[in-house]
Amino acid sequence: MFNFKSYARAGGVQEAIRLLGENPEAHLIAGGTDILVKLHKGKAQFDHLVDIHDIAELNFITQNDSGDIIIGPLASFTQVAESELICRHIPILSQAVLTIGGPQVRNMATIGGNLCNGVPSADSATPLIALNAAVTIEGRNGSRQMPLESFFLGPSQVALEQHEILTAITINRDNYADYFGHFHKYAMREAMDISTIGCSAVCKIKDGTLQDLRLAFGVAAPVPIRCKGTEDKVRGRKITPKLLTDIANSVSADVRPRTSWRAAKAFRLQIITTLAYRVVEQAILNAGGIIQ
Amino acid sequence: MNRPIRLTVNGKKKEIRVDVRQSLLEVLREKLGLLSVKQGCAVGECGACTVLIDDVPIDACLYLAVWADGKTIRTVEGESHDGKLSRVQQAFVDEGAVQCGICTPGFVMAATSFVEKHKQPNVSRHDIRRGLAGNLCRCTGYDTIVTAAQKCLDDDD
Repeated sequence: MFNFKSYARAGGVQEAIRLLGENPEAHLIAGGTDILVKLHKGKAQFDHLVDIHDIAELNFITQNDSGDIIIGPLASFTQVAESELICRHIPILSQAVLTIGGPQVRNMATIGGNLCNGVPSADSATPLIALNAAVTIEGRNGSRQMPLESFFLGPSQVALEQHEILTAITINRDNYADYFGHFHKYAMREAMDISTIGCSAVCKIKDGTLQDLRLAFGVAAPVPIRCKGTEDKVRGRKITPKLLTDIANSVSADVRPRTSWRAAKAFRLQIITTLAYRVVEQAILNAGGIIQ
Repeated sequence: MNRPIRLTVNGKKKEIRVDVRQSLLEVLREKLGLLSVKQGCAVGECGACTVLIDDVPIDACLYLAVWADGKTIRTVEGESHDGKLSRVQQAFVDEGAVQCGICTPGFVMAATSFVEKHKQPNVSRHDIRRGLAGNLCRCTGYDTIVTAAQKCLDDDD
């Protein structure tokens, strides 16, 4: 039996906001694949739960009239991976979430939970920040939107007040139309493993030049991060093997990996450099680019 | 913290009271006597507690029993009918895909769901392995398990 002290089931977003506001110690539970594990291990910070598992209004994947893709936070990784909209327009996200856990975990775990945990290894985070995704947050004072990148404040810290809840993840059409991407997760096993390093690259090419590049890494800093220094340096350059080498050599200035029991800092830097080359190369090839 | 829930388990409708702190694993084993559902790791890594909820495989150890309200649950106890094993169960027997046996019910349910979802030719062994990646066999008898699943996919009917 899990050892939590109180449990309230929210029927909708407004009720969830009210229940969170009433108890300063309350935590949301959605898919449960992180929180129930922590409860099993006896972590006391999840003594009071607000259950949003069955809130239907938070489970959707749609496209609006402007072509923006909007994902409800309760969409499971299986729903995201198999969504025709996502596979057609932002396949990098489907590719990334299929590397998470195994089928049973992906059937339960939600994309919103993955983001709100705020861990640097969240595999759905790097493709979404490479796609310039925005998050919508609702609380007792109404609704606000912010870039997903700024949502991550530190390890296990996100920009949510106690009474707030993530209600949507939006990828604007301008941020994915004509862009192509690639994702790679470096881990010790092919499944059921946490990223040693995760890498997402999204690019737009024209007439043999790299018009735009958005490159993101997971576990390369206290939060999932973009390599903006590198991105600024290479925008507009001719697509050549030298360009890929320059990208690989530049990313170490954008990242801040650390040593943990999973991998040493020097090893992580080596993986980051290698993945920068290979993942950008594959993204360019996916865009129909020729590297010469 | 008790709540009533209604669910269908292996074809039979049930109305039971569960504690909101209980996992579905505990309720299936302790209240309904379905001992095929094993607790291995209890953290969603081993898949020994795999059951199908509305035909979707999940780890019953990481699923609150109250979430099962209104759902249809399948465990290995309900897979054979009139003494006849399901195709997947029979394939596990035929291939000898069982060693110590503790992972077997979970593997049978994960394989059952995979076969039902991927009923098409040319599913590779690699795809099957990915489909069964949420289940561990500590005896490492994976090859015969993958072969059993493959055999079901290759069947004509």
